[in-house]
Amino acid sequence: MRPIPAEPPPFFHRGPSPLARVAFFGFLSIVLLFVDARFRYLEDVRQAAGVVLFPLQRLVHMPAEAIASLAAYFASKRDLARENERLKAELIELSPVAQGYAQARDENARLKTLLELKSRYAEGSAVVQVLYSGRDPFAQKLFVSRGSESGLVPGSAVIDERGVVGQVTRVHPTMSEVTLVTDTDHAIPVKVERSGARSVLYGSGTGRAPELRFTSPTADIRVGDRLVTSGLDGTYPPGLAVAQVTSVERDTGQVFARIECAPLGGVDRSEALLVLAPPAALPPRPEEPADAEAARKGGRAKARRGG
Amino acid sequence: MRLASRVPSFAPARPEEILKPARPWFVVLTLALAFLANTLPASGIVLALKPDFVALTLLYWCIQAPRYVGVGVAWGVGLVMDVVDATLFGQHALAYVVLAYGAEFFRRRVLRFPLWQQAVQVALLLAACAALVLAVRMIGGAPLPRWTYAVPPIVGALLWPALTVLLQWPQRPARSSAL
Repeated sequence: MRPIPAEPPPFFHRGPSPLARVAFFGFLSIVLLFVDARFRYLEDVRQAAGVVLFPLQRLVHMPAEAIASLAAYFASKRDLARENERLKAELIELSPVAQGYAQARDENARLKTLLELKSRYAEGSAVVQVLYSGRDPFAQKLFVSRGSESGLVPGSAVIDERGVVGQVTRVHPTMSEVTLVTDTDHAIPVKVERSGARSVLYGSGTGRAPELRFTSPTADIRVGDRLVTSGLDGTYPPGLAVAQVTSVERDTGQVFARIECAPLGGVDRSEALLVLAPPAALPPRPEEPADAEAARKGGRAKARRGG
Repeated sequence: MRLASRVPSFAPARPEEILKPARPWFVVLTLALAFLANTLPASGIVLALKPDFVALTLLYWCIQAPRYVGVGVAWGVGLVMDVVDATLFGQHALAYVVLAYGAEFFRRRVLRFPLWQQAVQVALLLAACAALVLAVRMIGGAPLPRWTYAVPPIVGALLWPALTVLLQWPQRPARSSAL
């Protein structure tokens, strides 16, 4: 008698079992996650995939954009009139600033030539449209309509008419990712416009107010203060409006004050943004003298031995 | 025979009704449309409510067309989603792989239930995926998100009946005059 084969007949074969597949692909995903999070080796792969994907994405977005532009075409007369009114009012409000600006610029140029200073930031900036916002609830990102083909580089500051919105963090050929000032991984050196007190503004994630962390309770910061970029990081040009202080809590039991702010730029509203060219590179950090390093190490070792 | 009787009615199929096999191009088209829905610009309350349409569509095809869409396809789609959403490479891929496996597990019995009971099971699957993504991100050092993180899976489950009717419509046989 022939033994009954343990294997099912070949026409029932449907590849490896689902559990085996899940184990394989799950393991692959975890390896990818680890490699991407730790080493960032996969930027080239991402770029390549983006080159193929984004034109397709633009293509499927076209009908939606067409509908939007059609809706804008039929925007009501009253809305347009109201907007016109508002813009006129703004223009009048800003005209003294603009008139003062020409004079200030001339004066500045004269002073600069006197001091033989180079311009702090390079010429050239690009207007971009917001394509869509990232769905990731753990990050605050926007995708905008221009990329490396238009000369955008990672690190450029992104602003709108009211203030800083964020920073370009990844550039694809025809689009770029902007990390917003509200993102948890985003920090921006600021100073208080009124008092000049310096601090760093940290994003706190979706729906939470950005905070000034590690600020001494005695720092001269009040509710309503405007924060502007200090320019110390060499990424953001100095003097751009960033946020307004909304609450200051000085708890005597805490080492640092708890200071919450509201971003001034339209981080979740603006549709058109301006990407600034990165400022001229800061001079390199001076090298520490070798003997000083050795002395410090020696001192530390001694201190440890002593303790 | 009148024309009206040839077109299937726009209502959920009865459990005993045998659907025609899905056409591969229709599967691809619906997944592409789901991508479009996922990347439409949204902000504020809409963004907080927006479910993952790709996960929903993928789940539907894993249940209805397991010969075309399974764990492997889910993984590939997840990688594409990672590029489009600029998340960590493998985050969506891992979630969708688990989703596809869950669908494999549920497939034979989920179709016997009425649509709203299916929706409850779908909610559980989507919530499991969201929890997995949360775990991955927390290990990666992300802070705990707000409670609104739990909303999209529920919205997704509420959309499940509508999505089922929409996606199974082209597969429904024309009503014969015998019925």
